[in-house]
Amino acid sequence: MGKYIVQGATGDFEIVLGLEVHAQVISNAKLFSGAATEFGAEPNAQVSLVDAAMPGMLPTINAECIRQAVRTGLALGAQINKFSVFDRKNYFYADLPQGYQISQFKHPIVGEGTVTLDLADGSTKEVGIERIHLEQDAGKSMHDQHPQYTYVDLNRSGVALMEIVSKPDMRSPEEAGAYLTKLRTILRYIGSCDGNMEQGSMRADVNVSVRRPGEPFGTRCEIKNVNSIRFVRQAIEYEAQRQVDIIEAGGKVDQETRLFDPNKGETRSMRSKEEAHDYRYFPDPDLLPVEFDDAFIEAARASLPELPDHKKARFVEELGLPDYNASVLVAEKESCDYFEDLIAALAKKVGKDVKDVAAKASNWVTGDLFGALNKAGKSVTESPVSAAQGADLLALIEDGTISGRIAKDVFEIMFETGKDADVIVEEKGLKQVSDTGEIEKIIDEVIAANPGQLEQYRAGKDKLIGFFVGQVMKATGGKANPGLVNQLLKPKLDG
Amino acid sequence: MTDLTKLKIAEARDLLKKGDISARELTEAYISAVEAADALNAYVAKTPEMALEMADKADAMIKAGGQKGMTGIPVGIKDLFATKGVHTQACSHILDGFKPEYESTVSQKLWDDGAVMLGKLNMDEFAMGSSNETSYYGPVKNPWRAKGSNNDFVPGGSSGGSVASVAGYCAMGATASDTGGSIRQPAAFTGTFGIKPTYGRCSRYGMVAFASSLDQAGTITRDVRDGAIMLESISGFDAKDSTSVDLPVPNFEAALTGDIRGMKIGIPQEYHLAGMPAEIEALWHQGIEWMKAAGAEVVDINLPHTKYALPTYYIVAPAEASSNLARYDGVRYGLRETVEGGGLVDMYEATRAAGFGDEVKRRIMIGTYVLSAGYYDAYYLKAQKVRKLISDDFKRAFEKVDAILTPTAPSAAFAFGEKSDDPIAMYLNDVFTVPASLAGIPGSSVPAGLDANGLPLGLQILGKAWDEETVLKVSGVIEEAAGFTAKPEEWWR
Repeated sequence: MGKYIVQGATGDFEIVLGLEVHAQVISNAKLFSGAATEFGAEPNAQVSLVDAAMPGMLPTINAECIRQAVRTGLALGAQINKFSVFDRKNYFYADLPQGYQISQFKHPIVGEGTVTLDLADGSTKEVGIERIHLEQDAGKSMHDQHPQYTYVDLNRSGVALMEIVSKPDMRSPEEAGAYLTKLRTILRYIGSCDGNMEQGSMRADVNVSVRRPGEPFGTRCEIKNVNSIRFVRQAIEYEAQRQVDIIEAGGKVDQETRLFDPNKGETRSMRSKEEAHDYRYFPDPDLLPVEFDDAFIEAARASLPELPDHKKARFVEELGLPDYNASVLVAEKESCDYFEDLIAALAKKVGKDVKDVAAKASNWVTGDLFGALNKAGKSVTESPVSAAQGADLLALIEDGTISGRIAKDVFEIMFETGKDADVIVEEKGLKQVSDTGEIEKIIDEVIAANPGQLEQYRAGKDKLIGFFVGQVMKATGGKANPGLVNQLLKPKLDG
Repeated sequence: MTDLTKLKIAEARDLLKKGDISARELTEAYISAVEAADALNAYVAKTPEMALEMADKADAMIKAGGQKGMTGIPVGIKDLFATKGVHTQACSHILDGFKPEYESTVSQKLWDDGAVMLGKLNMDEFAMGSSNETSYYGPVKNPWRAKGSNNDFVPGGSSGGSVASVAGYCAMGATASDTGGSIRQPAAFTGTFGIKPTYGRCSRYGMVAFASSLDQAGTITRDVRDGAIMLESISGFDAKDSTSVDLPVPNFEAALTGDIRGMKIGIPQEYHLAGMPAEIEALWHQGIEWMKAAGAEVVDINLPHTKYALPTYYIVAPAEASSNLARYDGVRYGLRETVEGGGLVDMYEATRAAGFGDEVKRRIMIGTYVLSAGYYDAYYLKAQKVRKLISDDFKRAFEKVDAILTPTAPSAAFAFGEKSDDPIAMYLNDVFTVPASLAGIPGSSVPAGLDANGLPLGLQILGKAWDEETVLKVSGVIEEAAGFTAKPEEWWR
C-alpha cells in the first residue's frame, strides 16, 4: 500500500496513530451490579442502587464480563493476565455517580496482542495491541431537556467496557479505518461486543501525531469519543493537517485532548495537558484482585468460534474461493455461517464434495444474494432466501434443471416471495430444455429464418455464433440448455 | 417489678423464653428510657412505633418456638448502617433527609433474628473522630462522670452513641463500626464491652463507607456474653460484599468457657509508651496478673512496626475516604447547595463546603494529597507496604501466642474540647487500636477498672484472624477477674 504522506510546504510528514477503542461487553448485567444493559430503555430505567452510588452500596464483579474480556484477549492472540486489579479513577462529573470510575490501571486483565489489518490493495499489516482492560461506563448528561438544567441518565452507568489500546503502529487514516473494521469483525465473531458504533457500543479515542520521516514521535493529541469509522478517518485527516500547519508555521503542537465536530469536520481543543485531571488512581478497596486459573482460560478458549483470518485462509486454500470472495464473506460471521450452511447443503444435494461447489457458490452468495440484500437494505440474517433454499436453487443449476440465466429470474421471485426454487420452476414451467431433438428443431428454424447472418458467418464472421445462440435461447424462453445449444449449433452453422 | 432496662441480653433472652416478660414490655421500658435520656444525645432518630411492631413480631416468634439469641432484644443502630425508610446520614449534614430504600446486611440480620430497633445512634461524622465531637447532631455525652463532678466527658468515638446508649441503659446492645478503634476506644471510655471481628466477618453492604479496607461492623454490649450473642447474629458471608469471607459462623457464646489454662498471651513491648499514665500501666499489669492467675502463660512479644501504625493509618484511611466521599456531590440525594447563576462545579463546591464538617474536610484533603500524582509513591504506596509489615508483625506474633493483651486507649475519657483543637492529640488516642485495624484482626475492649477519677478503663484483647472465639474467651476471663460492677450515676434521667 502506498505511503500516506501529508505534504507540507517544507516537506513531507508522516502520521503516527494509536487507537483506544471502548467496546461495550455483551453481557446481561453491568460490570458491578445486576442491572440490565439493553440499549434504548427509558432514562434511568436500568439503574441499580450500586449504579446510582447510593451510600453503603458495594460493587461485585460480574464473572461473565471477565470471561468476555479473556475471550477477547485470546481472539487477539494476547497475553492473558491471571492476576488483575480494579482501580478507582477519581474525578467529578454529574454523570459519574461514585465520583470515580472503576477501571484497571496498573494490572490490566489482558496484555500484548496483535490485529492483522486487511488493506484495500489486498496486503496485510500487523498492529500491536498494548493492553485491554475492563472498566465501567459513565452515565449520560442531557443538556437539551431543560433551559436551565442538565438531566442525567444513568442507564449506561456501570455498563462494562473493554478499553482496547493499540500501539502507535498505524500510519494512515485508511489503516485506522481498517483496524477498527477488523477489530469490530473479531469482536462480533466472538460475541464479546456488538460493535454498534451508532448506539455507542463501540467508540474510539484517536491519538494523532505527525513527524518528518525518520524523526522520533511528535507530540500527540487525543481526539476523544469518535463514533464512526468515517469520522475517525476524517478526524485524522483534519488533525494531521492542523499539526503540520502548526509545525510549519514554527509553532509547537500542544499535548491536549480534542473533540471532533462531525458537522464542521474539524477537531477543537477540549482541555490542555495543564488542565488534565489528576485521576488519583488507587486499587479499589471494595474489590478483591481478579484471579483465575488456566482451566478458566482454556474454557474461554474452547468457547471461541473459528476466527476471520483463519476462516479466510481456509476458504481460499481448502475451498478454492477467490481471495475477494473470501474477504467479503469473512467480514461478517453471519455471512460465513450462511455460506457454510449453503455449501454443506448443496454438496449433499448434488453428491459432491464441498470444495467442488464452494467457489461457484461463493460467487452467487457474494454477487446475487448480497446484491439483492444490499438493494433491499437487509442483513444476511434477514435474508428472505434461507441458506437451504439457496442451496436448492444452485443444485438446480448444477444438475442442469435450469440454466444460470433462468436461475437469476427464479432467485428474484424467491427473494420476493420466499417460495422454494423447485416450486417456482414448476409453476412457471422454467425447466431447462435438454431434449436434443427439440433443440435441433429450433436451431434449424433459427438458421432458416436468418439466411443473411448465416452467410456472413460462413464468410468468416465467427462471432455471429453468439447471435444464433441468443436467437435460440430467445425462441425457447431461455429454457434451452446453453451448453447443449452451443454443442449442436456449431456443426449446423459450419454446414 | 425489676427495671427491665438493667437486664443484660442473655438474661432477657432467658426471661423471654420462660414467658416471664414479653418483648413488648421490654421494648416499652426501653422506649421510655430512650425518651428520658435526651441529655445524652445518643439517638439522632427514634423509632418507637417500629420498635413496638418489631416487638410484637418477636413475641410471635417466641410463641411459635422460633426464638433466637436476639429475638425481642431492643437495640440501637449506629447511623452509619442503612435502615430502610429511616434516617441514615452517618451524622453528616451532607446526607440531610436521606432515607434509604434498602437495609444494611448487618441490621437485616438482626431483624431476621427478631431484634427490635429503637432508633439510630449518634456518631462522629462519617465515623471520623475519637470523641463524637464531629457529629452534625452535636456531641454525645458520656454517661460516666468523674467522682464528685458534674462535668461532662466525651464518650469516645466514633461509636459514641452506641456506647452511651448501652452504658446509659437506653439500648441492650448497639451496632457499631470500627475503622481504627471506633468500637474499642469508646467501649473503654464507657465501661462497655466492644468487639470488632475480623475484617470480612460482617458484611459492609449498606454501611456508609469511611475507609473500605478497614471498616468493620461490630457490637457494643454490657458484657462479654451479650457481645458473643449479638456478634453471632450480625456475622456471616454476604455475596453483596466482595470482601466478606465465606466461612461458617461459630457459636460464639459457646466459646465462653472461662478456661484459658495453657493459653499463651502476648504482651507487646512496643505498647509501653513513654509518658503513658501510670494507672494505665498499672491496669495492664493487673491484666497480666489475671491471665497468669487463670493459668495462662504470659509471653513478651515484639510488634516492631507499631510506631508506624498511626502515620500509616492516617494515610490509608483518608486516601480511601477522599474517594468514598466523592459521591456526596448534591446530584442525587442529600444536601444540595446551589449558587445563583452558577454551574455544576459551583454546586459541588457549595454543597460540599456546607455539607461536610471540618474533620471530614481535613481527611478528604489529606487523602486527596496522598493519592496525587507525584505523591502517591511516597505516601499511599509506602503506607501500603508498611501496612503489610504491620500485618506480618501480628502473623509472626500469633505463631507464638494465642492472644495479645494491651490497654485499649492511653487514657480514660477526656473532657469536651480537650483535644478537639489538636488533631494529632486526638489521633494519638487510637494508638493501641489502629494496628489491629490495619492488620484486619479481631479485637475487643473489656471494662477492667476505674481511673483515679472513677472513670472506666478498658483492656484490649487481640486475636488471630477468624479467631473471635479466643478473643471472646480471654475477654470473659478478664471480665470475671475484674469483677467490674461500677455503674454510672443516672444523672441524665
